[in-house]
Amino acid sequence: MGEFLLVTIQVDMHDQLALRLQDDLTSAIEKKSAKGVLIDISALEMVDSFIGRMIADISGMARILDAKTVLVGMQPAVAITLVELGLSLPGVLTALNVERGMQLLRRVLNDVGSDDHFIQR
Amino acid sequence: MSAKNSISVIIQKRRAEIQNEWVRLLTAAVASSKGGISPKDLAQQAEQFLAVLDTALQSQNLNVGAREWDGVRAFLEDLSRQRVLAGFASDETATFIFSLKRPIFAALREESGNDAAQLAEATWRASDLLDQLGLHTIKTFQKAREDVISRQQQELLELSTPVVKLWDGILALPMIGTLDSARTQIVMESLLQKIVDTESQIAIIDITGVPTVDTLVAQHLLKTVTALRLMGADCIISGVRPQIAQTIVHLGVDLEGVTTKANLADALALALKRTGVTFTKL
Repeated sequence: MGEFLLVTIQVDMHDQLALRLQDDLTSAIEKKSAKGVLIDISALEMVDSFIGRMIADISGMARILDAKTVLVGMQPAVAITLVELGLSLPGVLTALNVERGMQLLRRVLNDVGSDDHFIQR
Repeated sequence: MSAKNSISVIIQKRRAEIQNEWVRLLTAAVASSKGGISPKDLAQQAEQFLAVLDTALQSQNLNVGAREWDGVRAFLEDLSRQRVLAGFASDETATFIFSLKRPIFAALREESGNDAAQLAEATWRASDLLDQLGLHTIKTFQKAREDVISRQQQELLELSTPVVKLWDGILALPMIGTLDSARTQIVMESLLQKIVDTESQIAIIDITGVPTVDTLVAQHLLKTVTALRLMGADCIISGVRPQIAQTIVHLGVDLEGVTTKANLADALALALKRTGVTFTKL
């Protein structure tokens, strides 16, 4: 089984940075044969539709490369904002923090072929 | 003395006797009213009012809304607010002003002597002035009452959305009453924060106490469920009554795979199973 990758987003993302992140991440997944990606957004106090789409995109790319993505550490205010914006991020697994995220990834990757029913869309 | 300044003159000349007569009338009125206030406080309020009234009258401007009357209006607003809290009705509060008419008219009659025209004019001005002040008192009283009501509504809102911990990692939110946008906002914020604080995985929203569920309420519930999912927690809705089940189907509301249970017990059993907890009888 390959490794997990941890991405911590701390600064406000703009276009160029986001594209760079997608490049770096996809190459890293390939190089390390990573099976899981954890995106930690606990430092983000504000999220807009751009970031929302970026996360959904990264998740999609990772899936194609046979890696699962888990989004961790979303703050309550951010969750409410995304919901109000109508962004429910379908297809993205979520967990409260990095530790839970890792547990989730291990569980999901052990159930080969079947996905956890209640913590995904 | 002219009709215009007659009120000012008699207040200055006969303040003591007007005050005494006024306090006598006020005490009699309070005795038969719903609220309570001591004779001493009553006398003190009467004295203070006459003092600010005296000052305002010296401006020769009988328009109660003018700047010179700010002190009088502020005094009456304060008085109104106190009366609201002491349990007085609005008419009982306005009596404070209106009962001042009798002693003032009596004093005017004595001062005017035989000049009927002047007496009529002075009485009219005094009556008009006191009417304006009385109306201002009532207006303030109403507003103070409304402020109390809206503050209570706010408190009720906060009280009626408690988040309780049922078990390690399992929170419950019993909802009582109607679910509107304002309430949903508060519910989401407190529930999500509690999830973070307790690191819980499952939240059970019990809607036994929600009388009706229409498309708007369903939307609010779904928003809460989605927000919970984004944070990595799971949601179970319990307390779905038969009528509500029918309404949801008739309205064609899509619950998007949210697990629902008829009662809190079933929801708790499911939540425990999901978190890997089993109970055995000893």
